[in-house]
Amino acid sequence: MSYLLARPDRVWTLTLEHVQLSAVAVVVAILIGVPLGILVTRTRWLEGPVINTAGVLYTVPSLALFAMLIPFTGLGARPAIVALILYSLLAIIRNTVAGIDAVDPRLLDAARGMGMTGRQRLMLVELPLGLPVILAGVRVATVSAIGIATVAAYVGAGGLGVLIFDGIRTIDGDRIVAGAIPISILALLSDWSLARLGGAARRDVAPSAGGA
Amino acid sequence: MRGNPFDFIPYILGHQEQFLRLFSQHVQLTVLSVVIGILIAIPLAIMASRVDALAGPVTWLAGAGQTIPSLAILGLTLPLLGIGFVPSLFALTVRAVLPILLNTYVGIRGVDRAIVDAARGMGMRSRQRLWMVELPVATPVIVAGIQTATVQNVGTATLAAFIGGGGLGDLVLQGLAMVDPAILLAGAVPAAALAVAADVLMGRCRRLLVPAGLRVEGA
Repeated sequence: MSYLLARPDRVWTLTLEHVQLSAVAVVVAILIGVPLGILVTRTRWLEGPVINTAGVLYTVPSLALFAMLIPFTGLGARPAIVALILYSLLAIIRNTVAGIDAVDPRLLDAARGMGMTGRQRLMLVELPLGLPVILAGVRVATVSAIGIATVAAYVGAGGLGVLIFDGIRTIDGDRIVAGAIPISILALLSDWSLARLGGAARRDVAPSAGGA
Repeated sequence: MRGNPFDFIPYILGHQEQFLRLFSQHVQLTVLSVVIGILIAIPLAIMASRVDALAGPVTWLAGAGQTIPSLAILGLTLPLLGIGFVPSLFALTVRAVLPILLNTYVGIRGVDRAIVDAARGMGMRSRQRLWMVELPVATPVIVAGIQTATVQNVGTATLAAFIGGGGLGDLVLQGLAMVDPAILLAGAVPAAALAVAADVLMGRCRRLLVPAGLRVEGA
């Protein structure tokens, strides 16, 4: 605790680095994962391979995945961000598929009857209605990325893990706590705010779901 | 880093004794921590499930506890227990308790009230209800928690190397220190394979352990 009070500036800088790592990874994972999820709903046979691959990637231990990427990406933020993106894909793809699948087929039928094209159905019906579930996936991915980014410090990516590794090296419990608490707070804050966002999306969606 | 990524295979073959020692350490850390975690978490969860008021706090605490980085837990055992296998095992056990406790708690509380009521109506006492109804019905959820804890701990055991606990993480750290991708991957690839194997194995266990009465035909 005393480290936090003694060097708030360093803790803050590292916190920003940590947020940057996680945020960039989750955003890119959304940009890759949501379209992939949509593709899977249109091309069903892809569901098994895509979700299993993402699942296997998520299972790989973080230090191992960072390490496996280093021969290809070098050290620093790059292996960390690539690994974090790969970790985030499972939750986002799986929830995109689930969210779109959960849309009442009668609504899709009505949309088709109204003359909507496939793209209009996607943009005006499936995505808006699937949004709460997709957001839940983003929430899981975010909390998970914040935790995994801790180890990234060891391969030179910076972030709050630096404090924890420092603390381990110098057997300074204070510094470890100074790194761990902000990480926890970041994770809990993200979880809470994305939950609020998801709740808002659900309230927005429910009235137009047609008495479902 | 330069070098052929597949060099790790000859490295493992050329250092079999070291590799097998680290590999078995890794497995021991994982299995022991999960087993001890089960012995701690399940009784705790059963006790907690009997008290209605604990529902909110338990789920919130478990969620919050999971956000504490595994590395921090390992690091914080340093001042307490020093370096080595036992401190690592301690930290890994702490890490394993939460998912198992949360899933057991949620699993027991999630049993359909109608089923519990029927059991009560049949004259079952609280302990009989627990052993003959609630635990069996909650089994898939409980095993899922054990599965999560196991896969998670294969990953956390990789980090045990940072506090001298051995395991495959040792090779990763060695590889990073010597800038040698062969050694790096000699640790990373088996660790990844171990995690995937553990996940598949536990998934199969989970399907096998679903009580006959709950099995969905053709699932």
